[in-house]
Amino acid sequence: MAVAEFDIPEMKDDIEIPKLREGVMSHIKSFPAPKSVQDFMGYPHELGEDWKERAIDKMGDLLGKYRSLKVFLDACVHCGACTDKCHYYLGTSDPKNMPVARQDLMRQVYRRYFTTAGKLFPKLVGAKDLTKEILDDWYSYYHQCSECRRCSVYCPYGIDTAEITMAGREILNHVGMGQKYSNEILGKVQKIGNNLGLPGPALIDTLEGLEEDIEADTGVPVKMPIDVKGAEVLLITPSADFFSEPHVESLIGYAKVFHAAGINWTLSTHAAEAGNFGLFNGNYETMRKVAMRIRDAALELGVKRIVVGECGHAWRVAYSFWNTLTGIGYGGNDPFSIELQKQLDPTYPQPQHICELTNDLIKSGRIKVDPSMNDDLIVTYHDSCNVARASRMGTEPGGQFTIPRELIKSVVNNFHNMADDTIYEATYCCGGGGGVLTDDLMEVRVKGALPRATALNNVVKEYQVNFMATICAICKAQFTKVLPKYGFDMSMVGGVHQLVSKAIKLD
Amino acid sequence: MSTVTMIYAGMFYIATFLLVVGLVYKIFDYSRTPAPLVIPTTPAPTTRTGVVYRMAKEVVVFESLFKSNKWIWVFGWLFHFGLLLVLARHLRYFTQPVWFWVDIVQPFGKYASIMMVAGLAGLLARRFVVDRVRYISTPSDYLMLVLLIAIGVSGMLMTFVAHTDIISLKEFFMGLMYLDIQPLPQDPILMVHLALVASLMAIFPISKLLHAPGLFFSPTRNQVDNPREHRHVAAWAARLDQNN
Repeated sequence: MAVAEFDIPEMKDDIEIPKLREGVMSHIKSFPAPKSVQDFMGYPHELGEDWKERAIDKMGDLLGKYRSLKVFLDACVHCGACTDKCHYYLGTSDPKNMPVARQDLMRQVYRRYFTTAGKLFPKLVGAKDLTKEILDDWYSYYHQCSECRRCSVYCPYGIDTAEITMAGREILNHVGMGQKYSNEILGKVQKIGNNLGLPGPALIDTLEGLEEDIEADTGVPVKMPIDVKGAEVLLITPSADFFSEPHVESLIGYAKVFHAAGINWTLSTHAAEAGNFGLFNGNYETMRKVAMRIRDAALELGVKRIVVGECGHAWRVAYSFWNTLTGIGYGGNDPFSIELQKQLDPTYPQPQHICELTNDLIKSGRIKVDPSMNDDLIVTYHDSCNVARASRMGTEPGGQFTIPRELIKSVVNNFHNMADDTIYEATYCCGGGGGVLTDDLMEVRVKGALPRATALNNVVKEYQVNFMATICAICKAQFTKVLPKYGFDMSMVGGVHQLVSKAIKLD
Repeated sequence: MSTVTMIYAGMFYIATFLLVVGLVYKIFDYSRTPAPLVIPTTPAPTTRTGVVYRMAKEVVVFESLFKSNKWIWVFGWLFHFGLLLVLARHLRYFTQPVWFWVDIVQPFGKYASIMMVAGLAGLLARRFVVDRVRYISTPSDYLMLVLLIAIGVSGMLMTFVAHTDIISLKEFFMGLMYLDIQPLPQDPILMVHLALVASLMAIFPISKLLHAPGLFFSPTRNQVDNPREHRHVAAWAARLDQNN
């Protein structure tokens, strides 16, 4: 299946709100998951005769399990505050990419089957019977949402379209319309232990190669231990860090930090993946199963601390959900969570972000850095959406913005923020998050990156910025592929620990 | 007792019943539905007190809307704050003796009706003028604004143009409250005003007006950001832990 050609949107001086053009993205159809993939996940692979009942039943089930879904479907007043907030709308001008319209794809069906007004006066309140056309719209437009939550910042009721997209994908899975990309990855992570499907021996081999590279480069024998029982720290990092550029540069950075600080750490073959695509599909049980690998590895290896590498949605799942899903955290009063929590060192946050760890080590003087090593770079920082709007670092609200910036500024001398309305909680998604990072959605990815590319272009023009740091594996993969379409060099994107790696002093 | 009085008395009893029962049911339904995951939109408060403050800012000054769109914020806030003052002014029809602060609010409530209708007119205009808002508007979105404007304008007509017999009107409503029905003054503007208010009350719990209780149950706004310190588990999800 070839993916159609499309025009790259023109980058203007400022981010502009386009006039709407109906249906311009309705041709988008992410590759459907084949039978083998759906079978493993326990979903059908094609629509059965009873698909409509299955869809409505699943919607009812989710409405009973998630207050967010029920309240969000009821509360919207169509005020329009969110209509110009989604990067996919700004990049495509398709009105169904406006958050409220994306929600309405489900809301129209919810109203028809679950509300008095929609049962009595469907036309009046915009309620519609579920049809194959609507289902196809769901499949198209629920895979043009990166679940970045930017709309939820601006909604007067906090309606989060991500919750609706997740529910939409879950219902689609239950009727047999799964997405190949996400579901294939969910199979790999459960069968092999990571999203890339790297078997343990290949991983061990890669790490040995990296150790040799670092030693050749620095003269210092920095180790990349794996499956070490009794290590203090278990590092959980996205599997892209093991193989992809520029991700691997950050992995080298983490290893150097642990080495310089004298921290006994380990990776795990069983849990060689921080990412958790269960989040994207809105299935609690799947998300829990994927997260349980980390609990199992922590118990098996007897570690005292769990640290998470540079990955946006993984940090959301780790920070916000691991305690709930697996007991990694504090405050549990049930045998399941106590079993793990009594093993963890209470002097550290659990789980801890690698940026929290490194920043603390630099501030306390336990590791030394020389920012002039990065003097060839003029750096800006892209806040990844899940870190910015769905998690925290440190003890204060907003630590997820200040800590990575503090860390960057301690290892580089030239730093400039992008425009205020494109950073912090107003940050624009890279365009590839939430299960969209696949070649069959390239048009969505390229167009969705327009607002971020525009903001980046402005600091490039004004301050000659030549490096955009970020702490998300998906952002890194997306930007290196998509920014060149806007005329940027792919090497100008990399991790925060890529900068740390260059500046850190090793003995 | 005239037929009109009986119809209006019946209408208000039914509307009040639908409003109260509908809202109580919705609030019960929201509160019994679990929120299994911690999903506040961050940065979020790390304490319960902080959440109360965040929510208060949303309710009183529409903080998120202010960040979002100044036009919607101005019109929305004018309408809601105007409505609040107007409703406060109307308490004089339901209290005897009239509470002192309701007395104080009378002149403000009178002119707040202008704020209210101006805000509503702005919101309605946006539905026609802004292409994005026009695209998402359903017939009920327009009708709801028209209904509220009609209520506001009919009320203003009685305040500023053609006064109605408010002494008898108060006796009618006090009578309704104490189950001792008194005649309703048969003034056409008043009858239109009251019929529209009764229909608004009746549709409240089955319409988008549920945004009022909904806000308080919105997990992205009412949750405390402390998932590393506190284990948050919904009942249906806790059962999964027992299988390990």
